[in-house]
Amino acid sequence: MSESLAQTMGFAATHPVGLPIYLIVAAILFVLGLMACMLRRNAIGILIGIELILNAAILNFMAFWRFRGGLDTDPAMSGPMFGVFAIVLAACEAAIALAILLNLYFNFGSVEVDKIRRMKH
Amino acid sequence: MNNEAVQIALTGWQGANIAFWVITLVVFVSACFAALSRSIVQAAFALFFCLLGIAGYYLLLGSAFLAVTQIIIYVGGILVLLMFGILLTNRPLQRDLPYSPALYGFVCLAGLLLLGAIESVIAMVPWQQAATLSVPASDVRPLGRMLITKYLLPFELAGITLLLCLVGAAYLVRRRER
Repeated sequence: MSESLAQTMGFAATHPVGLPIYLIVAAILFVLGLMACMLRRNAIGILIGIELILNAAILNFMAFWRFRGGLDTDPAMSGPMFGVFAIVLAACEAAIALAILLNLYFNFGSVEVDKIRRMKH
Repeated sequence: MNNEAVQIALTGWQGANIAFWVITLVVFVSACFAALSRSIVQAAFALFFCLLGIAGYYLLLGSAFLAVTQIIIYVGGILVLLMFGILLTNRPLQRDLPYSPALYGFVCLAGLLLLGAIESVIAMVPWQQAATLSVPASDVRPLGRMLITKYLLPFELAGITLLLCLVGAAYLVRRRER
């Protein structure tokens, strides 16, 4: 596809909702992720909460980039670039976290964070 | 997008408006399930729909490349990794222990207070209501050009970090002789 899909759909210049709606959506995602981190016992559930928080942050970057002022064009593509780097680092984080959790499971037979007080025996 | 009827239905302000609110409904419901569901498998499945909805937001905001990246890496990579982690560390279909009601109430109260604080801050600032500036017609070409010119060093560093993380993860879960 040579054109951006958003351009094809005809809303490249105008946008249906304003910036505060996106900020509120991202704030709701952030708070839900934080609640998951506080509420869950299972360490993988905490990881799911962290993913929600990361997505809220990337959504904020993208919304601020779309509703930016100043120059008419942004050759640096700062919003999507932030998102791409954040997604790559999130992949790193998930791989390392799951490796640590598998080790904890081999050592303790559980990934419930309130049962584990040390990293090894 | 070859189908003309689909194109007409999606063209213009009204189509984008409907698309935005449908995506918002999907993201809100699935994020609630992902954060608050008792079963960890159910939470991971809810996260799947949440991530797809957020990819739709990126498409609406004008970056098709980031939307596709989100689907390939987040949905296709990280979420599958999470599912493997769940199935390897959990007895299948076992539910989490019930939360204590006091903790549940405290966390919900704290979450609502934090959300109110953030939204009052958002309401104080006179944000720009309309996106007046245009986005590039195709964002793949400028993104690729920037990655090998302006962002070359962060790009290489991200690649090295990813390599080190994967080698480190494989090292951490190696089979050990006891």
